[in-house]
This record gives sequence, C-alpha cells and structure tokens, in this order.
Amino acid sequence: MANLAQPATTRLNSPQAVARRRRQYMRERAIEALLFACAAVSVVVTLTIVLVLIRESLAFFSHVSIVEFLTSRTWTPLFSDAEYGILPLVLGTLLSSLVALLVALPLGMVIAIYLSEFAGARVRETLKPFLELLSGIPTVVYGYFALLIVTPLLQATILPNLPGFNVLSAGIVMGIMIIPYISSLSEDAMRAVPDSLRDGSLAMGATRLQTSIKVVVPAAFSGLAAAAVLAISRAVGETMIVAIAAGQQPNFTFNPTESAATITAYIAQVALGDLPHGSIAYQSIFAAGLTLMAMTLVFNLAAYWLRKRFREAY
Amino acid sequence: MPTVLNIVSPMDALPPPKMEGVDVKVFYGAKQALFDVSLPVRNRSVTAMIGPSGCGKSTFLRCLNRMNDVILGARVEGAITLDGQNVYDKTVDVVQLRARVGMVFQKPNPFPKSIYDNVAYGPRIHGLSANKAELDGIVETSLKKAGLWKEVADRLDQPGTGLSGGQQQRLCIARAIAVSPEVILMDEPCSALDPIATAIIEELIDELRQNFTIAIVTHSMQQAARVSQYTAFFHLGYLVEYGETRQIFTNPKEARTQAYITGRFG
Repeated sequence: MANLAQPATTRLNSPQAVARRRRQYMRERAIEALLFACAAVSVVVTLTIVLVLIRESLAFFSHVSIVEFLTSRTWTPLFSDAEYGILPLVLGTLLSSLVALLVALPLGMVIAIYLSEFAGARVRETLKPFLELLSGIPTVVYGYFALLIVTPLLQATILPNLPGFNVLSAGIVMGIMIIPYISSLSEDAMRAVPDSLRDGSLAMGATRLQTSIKVVVPAAFSGLAAAAVLAISRAVGETMIVAIAAGQQPNFTFNPTESAATITAYIAQVALGDLPHGSIAYQSIFAAGLTLMAMTLVFNLAAYWLRKRFREAY
Repeated sequence: MPTVLNIVSPMDALPPPKMEGVDVKVFYGAKQALFDVSLPVRNRSVTAMIGPSGCGKSTFLRCLNRMNDVILGARVEGAITLDGQNVYDKTVDVVQLRARVGMVFQKPNPFPKSIYDNVAYGPRIHGLSANKAELDGIVETSLKKAGLWKEVADRLDQPGTGLSGGQQQRLCIARAIAVSPEVILMDEPCSALDPIATAIIEELIDELRQNFTIAIVTHSMQQAARVSQYTAFFHLGYLVEYGETRQIFTNPKEARTQAYITGRFG
C-alpha cells in the first residue's frame, strides 16, 4: 500500500515490476508461437499431401504420356490393354456436379432470399438448424437414397428407361446435400447488404420482393457467386453418393441419364482393392487425385477471385 | 376530411398544406417518440424540421411516407394527410404513396448499379415509360433537375457508387424525382457532405421547390434558415413551435426555441 504513495514512474521501474513485465512478455511470445504452430499444421499437412500426390503422379506419368492422360476418351487402367484417359472421369464429375448445381442453386437462392429478406427472426432461427441438418446427413445414406428411392421414383414417373445406376439421381441428391452450403453462404452475403439500400428501394415504392431481387441480390452478387462456386467445389469432391448411385463404369458422355464414374468414385473403387503397390494402376489413383485437387483448387480460386472482383464496399 | 389544426393562424398568402400531420403519436415498442404533433407541410415550399438529436424530427419525417412501417414494433397514431387523404388509411397503397412522396436519406445510398439504372429504377418498377427512348428522356431530365447531368452525361453506364459523396447524393435526388413525386422528404441530406457539396445541394433544394413540396430534417440551423420558408422546432418528441422561417429565427415565441437557436442547448 505504501507503494501507491510513490510516483507512478518509481513504481513502474521497480525491480519487481520489471521482472513481472519480462515474464509477461515471455509468456505472450510463447503463446504466440503456439498459435502459429497450430496454424502451421494445416499448411504443412496440405503441402505434404500435395507433395505425395505429385511424387506418385510423376511415377505414373513416366509410364503414361500426359497427352494420352488428358486426351484419350477411355479409362481402363485395370484391363490388360489398359488405357489411361482421364476425360471420362472428369466428365462424369462435372456432369454430376452440374446436375447438383441445377438443383441446389435455384432452391438455395430462394431459401436464402426468404430467410434474409422475408422470414422473421423466429422463423429463421427455427428453419436454419433443419437446413444445416441436410449437410449433416451421412453421404452414404444419401447414396442409398438416390439409388433406392430417387431412381425408382424417376423410373416410375418421367423416365421409364432410366438405368438403375445413373448420374441424374446422384446429381439430384447431391444437389439436395449442397443446398445448405448455398443457402447459408448466400444468406450471409445478403444480410451483409446495408439496410440503407433496402430503405432507398422501399422509399422508391418498390415492394419487398422487388427490393430483394433488384437491389439486394445484385449488391450481394460476389458473395452469391462465391457460394455457388464453393458448393460446386464440394460437389466435385463428393464420393459416396456418386460411387453408390451413378454406377462405376467410366463413360465418356454428356447425358446425365446414363451411368458414369466420377474421379472420386474411381478412387474409392480402386483404393479398396488389392492393387500391387507401385503398379501403374496403383499410381493412377494419385494421378486421378491430383486432377481432382487441381479442379477443386480452380473452383476455390474462382470463388476467391469473384468475391474480390465484384465486392461492393460500403 | 380530418380536422385541420394549424399552430399559426393561416394567412391568405400562405400556400395550402400539401401534407399535414394531425395529432401524430409514434411509439417504438413501449417508448413514445412523438407526442401529438400537428404540422402542415405547405405546397411548393420547403419546411425544415430542426431540434436536438432524438427530438423526433426524423421520426415525423418517416411518418410522411410510412417508412416507419419497416421498423419492427413501431406504431403510429393520429393522421397524416396527403391532399386531404389519410395516408395511414387501410385503403392507401403504400407503393403508390411512396411514388408520390419520395425520400432522400442522410447517407447517400445509390444502388450498386450504373448511374443510368439508378435513376431508371423507380420508372421501371412503376412502369412509367413505354419504351427505351422515353426512359432515356426521364433519366436525362431527372439528372438535369438534380444538377448532375453535365458531370455524368458521358458516363451513364459507370457505377453510381463510383461518384463523389456530393454527386452520389444528387444522384439519389435524381433517383427520387425520376418518378415525378409531389413531395420530397430529405433526412439530413447534407450531413455526410463537405461544405462545397452542401452548398450545391442547398442551391438545388431552392430550385426544386418550384416543382416539388419539400420537407427537410436538418441538424444545421443555418441550413434551415438558408433553404426553408417554414420551420418546425421539435424537442423531446413535442413540436415546440412552427412558423415562417424568418419569424422562428428572428422572433421566436417560445423560450425553448429562442434558447435552441441561440445555441444555449442542443
């Protein structure tokens, strides 16, 4: 207590105070280093995976020309007269993702517009957990849902000649799965649009729907586009649904009512088998994995670019 | 027609009220923000509303085009008339009302669209033009009336958000007048602008009163004195005094008005 009577500078410079500040400083540095290490783990893991993929892929490409890999329309690495054209798998992947997007984009956007612009706080807080639940359903369940419910339903109604395994059902169900990605990211983007713009539109005599569609959606465009691209990225990487419901025959086709294999389905199918370590078929998994990673990377970069390019600053 | 209560006895020379508040009370939830305000907004003139922050002047302004409807828990009692008809009447379409009573906000809020599309927004949603040429005409006239045409004529396709603050506010004025409203409400339209941009807007307000009825909320008493013909002084949710601007600033009847305009509180 006597210390308090001294001038502040004296107290701050006392040996105890100096030692205390020193300890405090060391502790801060230690915590900082720990936090950095945690952040670094994710980077290190990602880099390691990429390195492994590249190393095994290089081995693969020493046997198979990169031109054949990128241009041949046949993918039969397990046959005796093996051909290694990734295109059928890429096409299967893009086709199923496209179907998914056609389902998820309109639905997700409408849901987002409703939640952000029309729903009251209580409705929103009730609906959102249910919506998030959609992405919490195990994908293997979705896969069987596509195979055993959606496909028979389509066969019984509009597409009687639909094969049991087809891209369409897998894509539709995958679309349902990614609805929450689109709706919640889009809702965030729309809610970030300042109320001053809504007021401006309403004061012009616009209705709430006109305001939502003509002012809020364009203002949130970068976020909405990023949401769509991130959702595609998620669909491109999805494995179980397509592996179960789309069939596992690589098929160079643009027709979603046929069966086809995606990159992920191929990897899942082959990685489970007893491939000899170091064989070309074994290495083909890594080449396919690298291709998939390149694709999702492109989509993620596109989302990042869209977000920056069309961002409105308020 | 509801009873018209005038605070000052109307002289023959005064223009008739275009809009009029009659015993207006506003509640935000349980809190009452406005107490029995009766106030005319006279035709083709500028009515300024002044008073310290939280005095209810903006609240009253937002009653005139029912923008309080948007605020959750807001409740309005009394009547606001436009040409004698109560705008809070069940039969009144708020879309129609807001086409007749436009608004300019405190912070310029151009839409993230081109300059052209900003001005064309209202005519488009209200279907005011039959073809592109007509719409072009509306956009040009509106920008001219807002004194912005010369500065933006060669870049109508550029985003409205890229303009300077003062230009943005004039764009918002052009946007508001593009639907040919009868009344324009301005909620502190210059508070985010520098003195030069403010002077331009004030000049513009003076021109606009030839064609429009204007109600303006302002923090600046000099601005009220410069641009308005009538002034209403609000304090703590009550209308303290209303009269011709010259009288309010030179010879206020109420002691509180006197104290406020001479800077003793506020």
